Amino acid sequence: MKIPFKYTLKNFGSRKLTTGITLIGISLVVFVFAAILMMAYGVQKTLIATGSKENVIVIRKAANGEISSLVEGEVQDVIRTLPNIATNSDGKQMISNEPVVIINLEREKGGMSNVTVRGVGQVIQELRPQVKIIEGRMFNFGVKELIAGRSINERFKGAKIGDIVKFAGDDWKIVGTFDSGGSGFDSEMWGDADQLLSSFNRGNTVSSVTLRLDNMSNWESFKRAFDVDKRLKQHEPKIEQKFFEEQSEAMATFIRILGIFITIIFSFGAIIGAMITMYAAVANRTVEIGTLRALGFKRRSILFAFMAESLLISVIGWLVGIILASLLSFFKVSTLNFGSFSELEFSFALEPSIIVSSLIFAVVMGILGGFLPAVRAARLNIVKALRAA
Amino acid sequence: MSAIISVQNVSKSYWRDSLEIPVLNNISIEVQEGDFLALMGPSGSGKTTLLNLIAGIDKPSKGNVIVAGTDISKLGESALAKWRANSVGFIFQFYNLIPVLTAFENVELPLLLTKLSKSQRKKQVETALTLVGLGERMYHYPKQLSGGQEQRVAIARAIVTDPVILVADEPTGDLDKNSASEILTLMERLNSEFKKTIIMVTHDPHAAEKAKQIRHLEKGDLV
Ligand SMILES: Nc1ncnc2c1ncn2[C@@H]1O[C@H](COP(=O)(O)OP(=O)(O)OP(=O)(O)O)[C@@H](O)[C@H]1O
Ligand SMILES: [Mg+2]
Repeated sequence: MKIPFKYTLKNFGSRKLTTGITLIGISLVVFVFAAILMMAYGVQKTLIATGSKENVIVIRKAANGEISSLVEGEVQDVIRTLPNIATNSDGKQMISNEPVVIINLEREKGGMSNVTVRGVGQVIQELRPQVKIIEGRMFNFGVKELIAGRSINERFKGAKIGDIVKFAGDDWKIVGTFDSGGSGFDSEMWGDADQLLSSFNRGNTVSSVTLRLDNMSNWESFKRAFDVDKRLKQHEPKIEQKFFEEQSEAMATFIRILGIFITIIFSFGAIIGAMITMYAAVANRTVEIGTLRALGFKRRSILFAFMAESLLISVIGWLVGIILASLLSFFKVSTLNFGSFSELEFSFALEPSIIVSSLIFAVVMGILGGFLPAVRAARLNIVKALRAA
Repeated sequence: MSAIISVQNVSKSYWRDSLEIPVLNNISIEVQEGDFLALMGPSGSGKTTLLNLIAGIDKPSKGNVIVAGTDISKLGESALAKWRANSVGFIFQFYNLIPVLTAFENVELPLLLTKLSKSQRKKQVETALTLVGLGERMYHYPKQLSGGQEQRVAIARAIVTDPVILVADEPTGDLDKNSASEILTLMERLNSEFKKTIIMVTHDPHAAEKAKQIRHLEKGDLV
């Protein structure tokens, strides 16, 4: 490439309007592309943070989430007899049999949305120590009280301390707000599992069982004991974090596919914009191209110079787009999570692979937009180009 | 004196759709080393076309163009580009400077195709620009220069590689009288002092006077 990059750089600055518009187009596409990947990654990060590596969750094999899972009383009894289950200082087994239901609440912004209500067992604070009461107090077992996750507290009406939430024919009093460090639990309400079961007439069938092993190095032997027990053959244990990670997969994949589909459509606009800009550049500089060729620059050099110009536009567009997108990580949003059928709050999260893939995307736009004009420039006949004056 | 340029039985036609437009008819001409030839003739007579053939940016339909022993009508495109970079200096009517580059950078362009180091290039560019009297304007952009100055930058660009021949297509065609005469004096000096072989197309009889030899083209024939 003999034509100096300086030439490309200076030409880039010389057509401010068309270049500027093209640049905005490319940066918007990059922004949308990165934002959607950041959203998918944010959902994943939130859900992965929900699960602990130290806990084991048992759900029904056929279920694709806690909502569609049933763990009957007899099964809970069998689980209790398995080896390696940790006990707390009071000698209680660290097991929480959890019914999970969905209720409808009015949002601050208007409209109704689903909220997950989780019934938890007595050992819950030892099982999930990341969950901290930040306002009010913990609910009491044996009564119909709830604590609301931070995000529910902020986004829903009637989810403040002292409010009464009505469902399943009962009044539930909100007595506290908790924070789980940005995990999916922040988008839930918690209460006494037994109270919840009796309200919903569910007998003693819960949705999932979460438990702690005495030592995670015993996970394999626990799993073996679980798997050989015929009474448990409809259920399976998973490491809690793994479970939530799998739960996030469908949602994240959906967001990614939808997002990539949308941005590819947008990108056609940006590519055509880049193409128009570069065709205009070639047309404006026909004599210049003829001159360079007469001086002895080869077709290839001309091709590279114009490709470089298109790539420069796309890379700068990428830089603008990714900087704008990175600002999104300061925002929290909520969306309906397909895994739990209820609202999940999360942040946009940037990761290196998003930076790299959006750069590749921008470069591809630059190449596609610049290629045909660059080929036209390279194929110009010298004499005709010089006569264009 | 030996012929540095030998145009042998050259014909050139352009094609518009299936219609052949003859531009040059079986032309032969020799230019001696160190000569300063003016090509004159009415508009459309084929002056630029002949000049382009000699400069290796166009190919004859028939015949041969031999410059300094090389039959350039037989060179492939890439070899021809290399040959031009080494052997030809171009001077255009409208200067054809690259507007986004400074005078220095414009003059440096042809040197980028050589193996010269950055410092060697700088020395040669400065020498060329000083020779044309623009040593003080090296970092000006074309639009900051007058037409005459622009053409002098273009001349510096044409001579910076020390080419075998200089071709100039109406180099004063866009200039006022004073600038034109400055340019012609400069070209005369390149010919007499630096022994450059020059072929200049011009409409202007005053310009042609500066040349050592004048040839006329008429409807594709040398007369
Ligand atoms: N690329 C081309 N395609 C078709 N016809 C061409 C082409 N280039 C030149 N011609 C024709 O060839 C003829 C000679 O053109 P040329 O440019 O050599 O004339 P000229 O003597 O330089 O004229 P002028 O004094 O106006 O510059 C003209 O009739 C012109 O229209
Ligand atoms: Mg002409």
